[in-house]
Amino acid sequence: MLALDVLLDDLSFRAILIIIIKVLVIFVVGLVGTMLMVWFERKVIAFMQNRIGPDKAGPKGLLQTLADGIKLFFKEDLVPDKGDRFVFKLAPYLAFVPAFLVWSVIPLGGDFSNGKDGTVQILGRATKLQLADPPVGVLMLLALSSVAVYGIMLAGWSSGSKYPLLGSVRASAQMVSYEAALGLSLATVVLIAGTLSTSGIVASQTSFSRWHVVATGVLPFIIFLVAATAELNRPPFDLVEAEQELVGGFNTEYSSIRFALFFLAEFMNTITMSGVIVTLFFGGPQPLPIGNYENVLSFLGPLSGTVWLLLKVLVFLYIYVWFRATLPRLRYDQLMNLGWRIMIPLSLGWFMLLAAFRIGKDEGWSRWYVLAGGIAVIGLGSSLLQRAGKVSARNREREGAMF
Amino acid sequence: MELFVFVVAAAMVLGGAVGVVLRSHPVHAALSLVLTLFGVSVLFVAQEANFLAAVQVIVYAGAIVVLFLFVIMLLGVDKVEDLQIEPFKIQRPAAVAVGAGLLSLISMAIIVARDANAPTVTPSDAVQAALDGSHDNNIRAIARDVFSDHVLAFELTSVLLVIAVVATVMLARKPRKGETT
Repeated sequence: MLALDVLLDDLSFRAILIIIIKVLVIFVVGLVGTMLMVWFERKVIAFMQNRIGPDKAGPKGLLQTLADGIKLFFKEDLVPDKGDRFVFKLAPYLAFVPAFLVWSVIPLGGDFSNGKDGTVQILGRATKLQLADPPVGVLMLLALSSVAVYGIMLAGWSSGSKYPLLGSVRASAQMVSYEAALGLSLATVVLIAGTLSTSGIVASQTSFSRWHVVATGVLPFIIFLVAATAELNRPPFDLVEAEQELVGGFNTEYSSIRFALFFLAEFMNTITMSGVIVTLFFGGPQPLPIGNYENVLSFLGPLSGTVWLLLKVLVFLYIYVWFRATLPRLRYDQLMNLGWRIMIPLSLGWFMLLAAFRIGKDEGWSRWYVLAGGIAVIGLGSSLLQRAGKVSARNREREGAMF
Repeated sequence: MELFVFVVAAAMVLGGAVGVVLRSHPVHAALSLVLTLFGVSVLFVAQEANFLAAVQVIVYAGAIVVLFLFVIMLLGVDKVEDLQIEPFKIQRPAAVAVGAGLLSLISMAIIVARDANAPTVTPSDAVQAALDGSHDNNIRAIARDVFSDHVLAFELTSVLLVIAVVATVMLARKPRKGETT
């Protein structure tokens, strides 16, 4: 009834053992990965800014995060007097848990070549290198990212102080706005893949030209990347904790282990989002054919998928750090304009265009007519939107609003 | 296993619902509502309605309650309500009457359903046809039902939503100088 895994059909000891192993591996690797990610980010940013970065704790400063974590553990834990005690204590966990849960639906490896569905043998049982493979895996990603808003929002509110509240109001507006663009660009992937399960999406990206970044025409990927950065509240969309304006944003009043949880959640979310992007657009554990080689890492045997995933995720982690080092923060009205006036209409238009192509293929319409019609409709829509924007800008100016 | 899931989820739903009514703090009431929605979502999963469960969390917990909280925070109404004040005099008796009516209706439905042996709900043809297919049948069933049998109602609902949004913008808009509303 509740089976989400091929394993769970019978609840034998070995099946339960495999699930426990998977959970433990994901949790431990996640925590260690987050620790390394903090180090990676500090080190890369330091190099980009001509500094050395952390280099005292451990070789090349690798243990710096561990040292910071231990330090945070022993700091005094404050709960503000004016705050709401229960919600204040609850909020860090609400931020932390969704970041980890997303990993349960991401395929972490396995062999997807030649139409195989990525099952491997562990302890003599066939299973997927994925904690759970629900038929609505992609929607689970969206659900978790929408739940993640609560942590930040409630943290700011329950602090009972004005800067955190401003930060959390910004956060909730931003995350709700960009979720629409995120969902719409994800819908194009679902349209092309024809399934909502994450392992199905990976399995459908068999060759480079069928990777969804190519198959959906690059634009959804760009929109997804920008919207995901906004969802993560990472620079250039880090208005939530803009330290020049809001002290520290939503987490100003937090200290000790609760602050550490927010910090951990933020970096964990970065890794998670990179994993999601790789799964949706870059074939997850699928190998990238180079020259005549189908899979240059095939000597690694069954682990090659996992290594491919790791390499791809690393590229995106680097890109996120790169964003942070290069791009200046957006102003609040720029953020909202980008989200509502550009990203949502663009992703919606692109989705409709792809859907029209699909219908055209089924109905036998000429591809060029569909393209011409699509461009005409998108052009008409965007010019109407432009006009509406101009009118509202003029009205605002007349009423003397700030922006 | 199924009974266990049901008991836990039902406890979540009922606890949350009681919390929505009894908590005097609006933010706590909204959080109780989230608990209820999650419980309902778990019940959906237990009934193998995976799609509905995910949509329940995305739309209700992820968007609607977030907006509730947003409004509560933005308008600064996060104060403890005084239950002695009754804004409209007829409100409480009317609420009691509607509540009693709903309760009797639901109990009648349960009694009727228990006495009848055959399932009282028969899936429509489209749903049955989709269920016979194996893969992703959840989504297919809902899509066929919504976009074939009930397409008119579906489109009318979306028109209604658009009207509501436009009307809200019109009501919230300040009249221009020299313009009377």
